[in-house]
Amino acid sequence: MYVAVKGGERAIDNAHAWLAAERRGDAAVAELSLAQIRAQLSLAVNRVMAEGSLYDADLAALAIKQSRGDLIEAIFLIRAYRTTLPRLGASVPVETAQMAVIRRVSATFKDLPGGQVLGPTFDYTHRLLDFKLAAEGEALAAPATAAADLADVPHVTGFLNRDGLIEANPRSAAQPADLTREPMELPASRALRLQAITRGDEGFILSMAYSTQRGYGRTHAFVGELRIGMVAVEMEIPELGFAVEIGEIELTECETVNQFKGSKTEPPQFTRGYGLVFGQTERKAIAMSLVDRSLRWAELGEENSGAPAQDEEFVLMHADNIQATGFLEHIKLPHYVDFQSELELVRKLRAEVLAGTEAAE
Amino acid sequence: MTTENHRKDWMGLLARAKPARLAALFPDLPDHSLLRAPEVGAVMVRGRIGGDGSAFNLGEMTVTRCSLALPDGRVGHAHVQGRDKTHALRAAVLDALLQGGQASEVIATLRAEEAAQRLARAEKAAATRVEFFTLVRGEDQ
Repeated sequence: MYVAVKGGERAIDNAHAWLAAERRGDAAVAELSLAQIRAQLSLAVNRVMAEGSLYDADLAALAIKQSRGDLIEAIFLIRAYRTTLPRLGASVPVETAQMAVIRRVSATFKDLPGGQVLGPTFDYTHRLLDFKLAAEGEALAAPATAAADLADVPHVTGFLNRDGLIEANPRSAAQPADLTREPMELPASRALRLQAITRGDEGFILSMAYSTQRGYGRTHAFVGELRIGMVAVEMEIPELGFAVEIGEIELTECETVNQFKGSKTEPPQFTRGYGLVFGQTERKAIAMSLVDRSLRWAELGEENSGAPAQDEEFVLMHADNIQATGFLEHIKLPHYVDFQSELELVRKLRAEVLAGTEAAE
Repeated sequence: MTTENHRKDWMGLLARAKPARLAALFPDLPDHSLLRAPEVGAVMVRGRIGGDGSAFNLGEMTVTRCSLALPDGRVGHAHVQGRDKTHALRAAVLDALLQGGQASEVIATLRAEEAAQRLARAEKAAATRVEFFTLVRGEDQ
């Protein structure tokens, strides 16, 4: 039985108008500007850029305002917008070794060239609510400065690599697969996995990484290095015949160092997990590198303990919060016909069972 | 620097410039004919696996491109970060002018301002560098 469902236009229009009014909130309170969101909710903006998979802080700020601060809704808006943009090309891979670092810490080496630079971190704060922030217009002390060295900061893993103590990263000139162009196929290359994880839901990736730390798949990881800073983005311009910088973006990069007892072909050495995420997003970058390392079990000849974080299909197919929310939330939309058939089936089964019980009595 | 490197250098500065700042530095556009009208699009930014390995797709960024010609035939190209069409137009005009040695003061100003901003950021980072000191233990004495 097919029942055409029409109607509800007036209800929908009115709902949208009310939504707009609720978004604005109390008219006696000043309206939020995009510049305020961009400047003062910058980590929310970063998350929307990372999971929206589009680096544009103004658009992310707009999406956050439009979505009333619902970040998954904001990410949805960004994903929808990006499908309208023509693809102008792909960049030359960014060189994170040339990052202008504002934060760079290593949990494996205390004294390292370039030093440990804390940057604007929440670490070492006491997580006590600061009621001074509740009062507006508080004068702020200017951050301290010190003589700066603008030289490139070398990657920590490079030191281990010199002694052959850590695996080298193979480098091929092949074009990486792009899940925004072709549907993801499993098993996925490491490049495709990294693309899926870097745009995946932070909470999901965090939980997957945490599960490996608690023993569901063993990846005892050290943070070899965590760095945040600006990198230049270059692209080959066909009209020019050479690459030029088309902008610069802020990235968070995490390299984890994991034990590896060796295989038939490789001597015992350290292996790596890698995380690279748009913006200042270090929880995500650390989690990404743990999940990346966990998914490499087959390549490294490790045991599959059946842990969720070792299951490529489980991780990659459930990491995207837009796919997840789309499928999850569609069940609240009209399913009247589906449900009608369920209802008839349950009634029929009940009638049979009740008839059977009466017959037995 | 070679001609190509000079051009790379100014194109980078123009791409990274704040649109409002560039408009303030170079408000009036000379006559030009558009070869490709300003167009907003996306560029897929790539990273390297492990920081130095094979490429992977990190995510896209918004970019606006534009190509034009000056009446004397000089052609200017621009690919600039963001979605500001006048930014791309202005950058393309400047790319054409700079090939004839004009408007170099705009580039000099952008370079100086960018260098100052980068230094200021690096100086704040430097102040958060950890200076470890080792405590003298009993057995060392």
